[in-house]
Amino acid sequence: MTEDLANFSLVAVYSAMAIYTISFVAFALDLAKRSGDAQQAPASSVAATAGPDVGSARGAGRGSARAAVSGGSTIVLDREAATAVSTGDGRGDGPDGTSGPGSTRRRRGSSFERVATAMMVLGLLVHVSSVVTRGLAADRVPWANMFEFSLTGTAIIVAVYLVAGRFVDLSFLGAYVMGLNLVLLAIGSVNYYVEVVPLQPALQSAWLVIHVLVAILGTGFFAIAAGLSIAQLIQTKREQARLSGLRFMDTLPAADRLEDLAYRVALVGFVLWTFTLIAGAVWAERAWGRYWGWDTKEVWTFIIWVLYAGYIHARATRGWRGARSSWLSIIGFAAVLFNFGVVNVFFKGLHAYSGL
Amino acid sequence: MARSSDPERRTSVDQGDGPDQADVTDVSSDPLRPSDHYDSAPARTPGDQGAGSADIVQPRLGLVGYLRFFWRQLTSMKTALFLLMLLAVAAIPGSLVPQRTSDPNGVVQYRAEHPDLFPVLDKLGVFDTYSSPWFSAVYLLLFISLIGCIVPRTKHHFEALRSKPPKTPARLSRLAGYRSVTLQTAGGAADAALAPASVVEQARAQLRRAGYRTQVFGDSVSAERGYLRETGNLVFHTALVGVLLTVGIGGGFGYTGQRVVVEGQTFTNALVSYDSFNPGRWFSDAQLSPYNITLDKFTTTYEESNADALGQPLDYTADVTTTTQSGETSEHEIKVNSPLSIGGSNVYLLGNGYAVDVTVKAPDGSVAFRDTIPFLPQDANLTSQGVVKVPDGLSDQIGMIGFFYPSAVETGDGSGILASSYPDLLNPVLSLNVYQGDLGLDAGVPQSVYSLDTDGMTEIAGAAADQSALQLSPGTTADLPDGLGTVTLSDVKRFASLDVHHDPSQLWVLLFAGLVFAGLLTALFVPRRRVWVKATTTDGGVLLEYAGLARGEDPTLARAVRDIARTHLAGLGVPADAARAATSDDDRSDDQSDDPSAAAASPSGSTSNDPARSTEAPSRAGRRMRP
Ligand code: HEM
Repeated sequence: MTEDLANFSLVAVYSAMAIYTISFVAFALDLAKRSGDAQQAPASSVAATAGPDVGSARGAGRGSARAAVSGGSTIVLDREAATAVSTGDGRGDGPDGTSGPGSTRRRRGSSFERVATAMMVLGLLVHVSSVVTRGLAADRVPWANMFEFSLTGTAIIVAVYLVAGRFVDLSFLGAYVMGLNLVLLAIGSVNYYVEVVPLQPALQSAWLVIHVLVAILGTGFFAIAAGLSIAQLIQTKREQARLSGLRFMDTLPAADRLEDLAYRVALVGFVLWTFTLIAGAVWAERAWGRYWGWDTKEVWTFIIWVLYAGYIHARATRGWRGARSSWLSIIGFAAVLFNFGVVNVFFKGLHAYSGL
Repeated sequence: MARSSDPERRTSVDQGDGPDQADVTDVSSDPLRPSDHYDSAPARTPGDQGAGSADIVQPRLGLVGYLRFFWRQLTSMKTALFLLMLLAVAAIPGSLVPQRTSDPNGVVQYRAEHPDLFPVLDKLGVFDTYSSPWFSAVYLLLFISLIGCIVPRTKHHFEALRSKPPKTPARLSRLAGYRSVTLQTAGGAADAALAPASVVEQARAQLRRAGYRTQVFGDSVSAERGYLRETGNLVFHTALVGVLLTVGIGGGFGYTGQRVVVEGQTFTNALVSYDSFNPGRWFSDAQLSPYNITLDKFTTTYEESNADALGQPLDYTADVTTTTQSGETSEHEIKVNSPLSIGGSNVYLLGNGYAVDVTVKAPDGSVAFRDTIPFLPQDANLTSQGVVKVPDGLSDQIGMIGFFYPSAVETGDGSGILASSYPDLLNPVLSLNVYQGDLGLDAGVPQSVYSLDTDGMTEIAGAAADQSALQLSPGTTADLPDGLGTVTLSDVKRFASLDVHHDPSQLWVLLFAGLVFAGLLTALFVPRRRVWVKATTTDGGVLLEYAGLARGEDPTLARAVRDIARTHLAGLGVPADAARAATSDDDRSDDQSDDPSAAAASPSGSTSNDPARSTEAPSRAGRRMRP
């Protein structure tokens, strides 16, 4: 039974990877198509995105969308039935249908994008079934060794992306998320695969459920934040140099808007990571008799925490906002990947739970 | 000036936007942030990128001037950032090489493997990274900077808490979420109910209910909320100092000790009975509350069915009987992840293994040695190694290096060398290499019970001797070479390795860590904002203006201003849909989708069939009144 479930789980991962591949290709095609769209869009000069709006809270409203200013409305208060009447002064806005460069207006997704998203959702369902059957096979939470971290962690990255995507348009990040996911899943299921084995005594604790799950969740948010920061860096470069290459970037939000998004996502990640750090210390006290011992894994968790604290400060420091701070978010996520992929495998320490 | 029409301009302050912004900045009532905080008062040069340079006004500074200058530098955001990065980098070496505190054997091994590199690295303190002077310097500087940051900010925050919201800026239209609505009565002019004073009073009451602190200035109300954000930030940073102090000072009052206890043995919590003991700086013997722990039974469970994990330990349980100072006796279980709390200390189960009962007799039958000796596990199948030293009672001193195999199998190469194939006692065998000569015990140099110095000894049984190693299973006896006597393996028992910790600061650290987390949540997610509602009588009726200003990150400010406007209008008798239409935002994606339910309610989408919509089209770009 255990073996059947474990095998099903493995088949499901590979199926999910196949579906994700389709999604990845479709997202890539969508980006390619954006290049074409951006070329055709009227007045889509990069110069517009490089306008002086840096510092606007939401990066919204640039180009033609904001050129004109309307007057306030007038409401005639009838006490019985009120009507709102605009007192437009004749200079009113032009129709604001086009989504110019840097616009954050929700684009109508291309058909590629719709296919890609649908495939991503389908892939996630299959992926989750793999996670669940792995857990059933092992009769415990499916995150007790490297393979299982990869399996669950990637599912959570996709889930965080999809949930965040319900609030803001992140479709431009789809290719990044799918690409990252495919790489991580491939490494996880090829290099880190281990059969289902029971938990060793040190891991038999409720903290395994809480501490590790929150760590994985935090990683999911950091992953999305890093993607946004990368997009921000590219966008900044284009805005500064008025590059016309990478035309699909015209369909992305402006750099400062990307920065705000990245920051907000990273903040959630940081809160989760802070919790991970504290919960890990509490668990270490239970299991190893001391709450902090500068074990390699503890050191790296701490380094990551400090890096993101630095990122938050950089965002609040004059002269460091913008592209400079975004490097810290990217370095932070690189450290997260390093902590997982390298420290777990090659460094010696008490956290020897890679299962390899 | 096209950009100033952007209603989303949150912090016009750092843009050097002209004198009419001054009233908005209102530095005095802001929490004092480091001078290079992006939100603080503008540096002298607009757009100045090196904010610190603006502080250096005079080329010649006195001593006090220099001190002040350095203090300024130390408590600036840039320095905090730099020190944080430095801390991250400084922590790395300690993860690359073994640390004396957590992995002393690793250090010994490293020295053997890198004889040239080791002394250099050791000089640099890399093997004690986290107590090295350079690491300490980084975090101490960081915390000095932190304290230098917290103190003035706390002071200013207390003042801000007691002060009134700032005066309404002259021009609201530049601020975030600005919208304006002119209210007319059917007759054309504003009636008494729409007199600015009463309209403003109504707004004030509404904002009060919503948790704002309010102040009326003429025909406008100025409101502020979210002081908790700065409180959270200060609690967060202060609690970090608390964590550092409690970790640093508190550890000095505690102790940790290790002791190996074999089944049937009793451990007494006194200095002499520990195998190793690390007292804190301020430790005193009196802190050890005298209690006894007897290890009645140690049980391990191994995986027996899963072919991928045969022999993997599933559970360790130590059944103990404890006796406290007052003579109370009780039974407990100690497990991994489930320590025993007794006499102000915690007792953890951190290791286990086998101990052998060995008896050595002289040829005349007299007992020369009898003891239970813990053997240290060497691998997952608990191949274990230990040492038996027999100084007296035989014609010569004898030392034996023993290997214990709980499930002995031949390695299969015909050499007769054994290995253990399973951690449980399926086929226990003790193999002893015997040495004869001087044990070196008289030199007065303390020796480890786990090692044998064979320098002054000759091997008389084992690989290098004529006779092969002695092999014993439980209950059997073997003759020592040269008629020296006999050795008997009477029994094999389990031992548990217990760690006893006492750390009075632990709860304090946890408390501060909890404050760190709580402070972080409030600092990041409580919005701090100012909102103004202004009413002006015009020929057309009464002009209502709404605007907000964020202090710090506040993605939902515009929406909050909009909702305040709607509630306010509704309170003035405007039907909900008209109020919605008159205050709606442009259809920016985040605005809708931040709150999916609002998207449906908002008439701003092009699919809306709200009747008010038709007259509303030109007003998307924020409502600015240009009288
Ligand atoms: C131990 C070192 C430090 C750590 C781990 C740390 C961490 C953080 C974190 C996580 C935040 C964001 C949460 C919040 O707003 O409360 C923050 C914000 C802040 N920190 Fe620190 N901090 C440290 C030292 C400092 C120092 C030395 C200063 C003073 C120069 C400082 C000044 C600030 C300020 C002004 C903010 C608010 C940023 C904003 O407005 O967005 N911090 N810090």
